[in-house]
Amino acid sequence: MTREVKIYTTPGCPYCKMAKKFLGDNDIKYQEFNVVEDKAARDEMRNKCSSLGVPTICFDDEVLVGFDEAQLREKLGL
Amino acid sequence: MYELIIVGAGPAGMTAAVYAARKRLNTLLISDDVGGQPITTVGIENYMGYQFIEGPELMQKFEEQVRQFPSDVKVQVGQKAESLSRIDGGFEIKTDKGEIHRAKAVIFATGKRPRKLNVLGEKEFLGRGVTYCAICDGPLFAGENVAVIGGGNSALEAAEDMIRIAQHVYLISLTPLTGDRILIDKVTGASNLTVFVDHEILEIKGKGRVEGIKIRDLKSKQQRELDVGGVFIEIGLIPNSEAIKAITTLNRFGEVEVNYANETGVPGLFAAGDVTNVPEKQIVVAAGEGAKAALQAHRYLQRLK
Repeated sequence: MTREVKIYTTPGCPYCKMAKKFLGDNDIKYQEFNVVEDKAARDEMRNKCSSLGVPTICFDDEVLVGFDEAQLREKLGL
Repeated sequence: MYELIIVGAGPAGMTAAVYAARKRLNTLLISDDVGGQPITTVGIENYMGYQFIEGPELMQKFEEQVRQFPSDVKVQVGQKAESLSRIDGGFEIKTDKGEIHRAKAVIFATGKRPRKLNVLGEKEFLGRGVTYCAICDGPLFAGENVAVIGGGNSALEAAEDMIRIAQHVYLISLTPLTGDRILIDKVTGASNLTVFVDHEILEIKGKGRVEGIKIRDLKSKQQRELDVGGVFIEIGLIPNSEAIKAITTLNRFGEVEVNYANETGVPGLFAAGDVTNVPEKQIVVAAGEGAKAALQAHRYLQRLK
């Protein structure tokens, strides 16, 4: 199954690194947006996902704010 | 029944696991996460052997070292110990997943977690303007007004970051500022920062996201509202000691009381790291305490034989 996974990050955020490592370790392809540099992505994260925290991970209709491995595992069906 | 269960996989717990493995103790390491508090530490410059290393990288190295011993140490992540009780010949731990684990001895090394304000709006606006990770979310509030809550070093560091990014920063503390003098001087000199000491937070307000906070002067009781888009909560840490408070002694901060040999008042129950009353919450101290606790647990188990 291919699904579009987007992850919004900031460069200093350790939870973002952990989330990306988790996705990578589980062979899940994702698109990363650095919301410090990419203003359009920041607006998208704010408006579409109603989130003001990173990492924000979006796929299907899910929006997960923060890195919670158990929750992410469950929502991704891993 | 395991010989040893280690609860918590931060610096103390993981070091204890390596020492337990080297004593060939049949060990279970359970934790809700791996790495503990250093995971949110960007740069570490005082852990010997590394002039500089990032927290997550150091903790990954700890984990790799633990996982060298799969036949001795079973690692179970994603489970939190909810209660610990004494049973015949040892201890029983119930987890939040409903599992039950038993062992002859236990090392409790669950660390600390960020303290919450417990005010209206804090939970509702988490991830929508309320944050406990300034380094993560700070850049999202560029050009906005923000409030930093707290008066210690973490709060001052968050304020120091935010005066460079935000339009205006309000630093709000229940007490006079308690952080290091050098940080206080650096922060309070900024033209875009206002300090409110002896103020409490009454409410975080907004619609869909944070729009303001209501604060009150502890002395005059005067209330005021501040328009802010972000609230950075940095009011210290509390020990994760709830699971064992029924069977051992905690000090007035909620820390597990241990002696120089990491023994609690309960034979076979040891504790190590930031969850204990041992002074100086440092990675190198926690790791050392974890090693001591494992060696003491080994000695205790030898005596049982």
